Amino acid sequence: MNTAPTRSLLADAPRLAVLSLAALVVLAPYLFMLSASVKPGGEIFQASLNLWPRHFYGWENYHKALTAVPLLRFLLNGAIVCAIVLFFQLLFAVPCAYALAKLRWPGRGLVFALVLLGLLIPAHVPALPLYVAFAKLGLLDSFTALTAPFAISVFAIFMFRQAFKALPDELIQAARLDGMGELAIVWRVILPNAWPTATAFATFSVVAHWNDLFWPLIVIQRQSMATPALGVLFFRSQEGGNDIGALMAASVITTLPMVAAFLLAQRRFIQGVATAGLKG
Amino acid sequence: MAGISIEGVRKSFGGAAILHDISLDLAQGEFLSLVGPSGCGKTTLLRIIAGLEQADAGRVSIGGQDVTRLRPADRDVAMVFQNYALYPHLTVAQNMAVPLAMRRLSVLGRLPLLRHLSPGQAAARRGIMDDVRQAADMLAIGHLLDRRPGQLSGGQRQRVALGRAVVRHPAAFLMDEPLSNLDAELRARTRKEIVQLHRRAGVTTVYVTHDQVEAMTMSDRVALMQAGRILQIGKPRTMYDDPASLAVAQFLGSPRINTLPGTVDEGRVVVEGLRLPVHPAAADGTGVTVGLRPETLRLTPAGPLFAAVEHLESLGADSLLHTRCGATPLVARVPAAAADGLRPGEAVRFEADWPAALLFTAEGARLAHARAMAHV
Repeated sequence: MNTAPTRSLLADAPRLAVLSLAALVVLAPYLFMLSASVKPGGEIFQASLNLWPRHFYGWENYHKALTAVPLLRFLLNGAIVCAIVLFFQLLFAVPCAYALAKLRWPGRGLVFALVLLGLLIPAHVPALPLYVAFAKLGLLDSFTALTAPFAISVFAIFMFRQAFKALPDELIQAARLDGMGELAIVWRVILPNAWPTATAFATFSVVAHWNDLFWPLIVIQRQSMATPALGVLFFRSQEGGNDIGALMAASVITTLPMVAAFLLAQRRFIQGVATAGLKG
Repeated sequence: MAGISIEGVRKSFGGAAILHDISLDLAQGEFLSLVGPSGCGKTTLLRIIAGLEQADAGRVSIGGQDVTRLRPADRDVAMVFQNYALYPHLTVAQNMAVPLAMRRLSVLGRLPLLRHLSPGQAAARRGIMDDVRQAADMLAIGHLLDRRPGQLSGGQRQRVALGRAVVRHPAAFLMDEPLSNLDAELRARTRKEIVQLHRRAGVTTVYVTHDQVEAMTMSDRVALMQAGRILQIGKPRTMYDDPASLAVAQFLGSPRINTLPGTVDEGRVVVEGLRLPVHPAAADGTGVTVGLRPETLRLTPAGPLFAAVEHLESLGADSLLHTRCGATPLVARVPAAAADGLRPGEAVRFEADWPAALLFTAEGARLAHARAMAHV
């Protein structure tokens, strides 16, 4: 009995080695970014490979990143955009997914087919017509332009529909007998029992819109409206793109909230799966 | 509290008729079981009473009010589901409070934060918690109020589901096989508790089950359904002793009633070449079926029924003796001592309680005895 854990660790060793190597490969660029963000410019392009700098230049790089452009403003913009997008995505997708998963109505199959069709269209295809529309409406350089195209997510509808389908019909019928209306059922019974899906979707959505460069690049001109990814771009053009250390520092700052948020969401995610207990 | 009346209800799903012209009346406070094999339409009928399905034709009234077009919530009925259908994300207390909160609190009062802004809601909330506690104590689940359904055993979930139903004092209880997910011992205990609950609350109850033992033991009346029709409604005892048809006789009773196909000859029934002392009210030469309950058979050396032992099942005090009379299987429930030492293949003879024999036509309709014999 005593040797069992040791043996199982030994047996796991090859698997762990492969996974660790894969993790290292994936993490390497991020590690280099962290490393470069505390190095002076001259050291970054040296032929030798050092993770820790000979001259610690972190303070200067981070100071420059925070003062050359309104980086915190970009982070705030990013947070506002992500919050608005997520709010409307849930507001529209959750009831829609409920109707597709649990209600019987004529045309349901057609609507679901349209949702699937929507999944096939890349975001870049409608970009130009949308740009023209926002330009005509005079809405460029605004939160409306940044968020409105994403308010309805077919991906969210699809994902929630699959999750809701797995919930027992009796739960909904019990709620109807208890006196709940359909909207109360959606928000008070269905969504709380699909938390893992909601958390997973929120992670996808927030990461995608925080890191999105394509759409902000099209509709945003004013620096003060930039989202984090676009902000890093502004920073680079302002600096002529030669102060790599400071650029890396700016990149670290913009990715940090996402890393933190993801770690938090991951814990909740696992909790959600463990406590779902939907059976009976 | 109110009676339930169903008139001419029909329902079909995609061309397949599930219910054919069902009519049924329940007196106030009555406990009626809908019993039948799976797929007979009993659950569909219950869901039509609840309003979860719309009937294609016919009317449903509860307490004299036509509720055919009303939403489930407006019918004032509570339902207990086979899989309990508790809200997994709410505690037991919250689960039981939901039906009350939906009726007594305003929209604002149900919201998590805004409820402090609306007047009079705090008192209503306290009233709800008092009622929940009272119902929980009645069902002996007071100590579970803060748990979630996932942390409860099957029997406890069952009680919470019952609690959620009784807490709002509905006009009627609708129960859809509520005991089928419990183990045998718990099922017997809960069966008794539901009966006591019904006696105390006096609420009209429709109870759907495929288990004839539940139907027989719990109900004031039983409605036996088959293929979308009600074959017979009556008191459990009457249904058992005086079934209207062979199908009813076969469904009620465990082990099943013995059916011996025979023909009438000189006023008596001949089965497998044996002349039995029963006299059906039918002409000579017609085919009839004699139904003999296993407990009406006795082993005697001079009985008129000859059979060969196939195997023996011991139930403790009694034994089930599986035999074959010619080609016809025959099961007898006899005292254990009487069956001791019988070997497969051995020949035995049975006497029966002939006046209690049930006679049916070849089509399965009930047939009377020709001579006025005392009916037990």
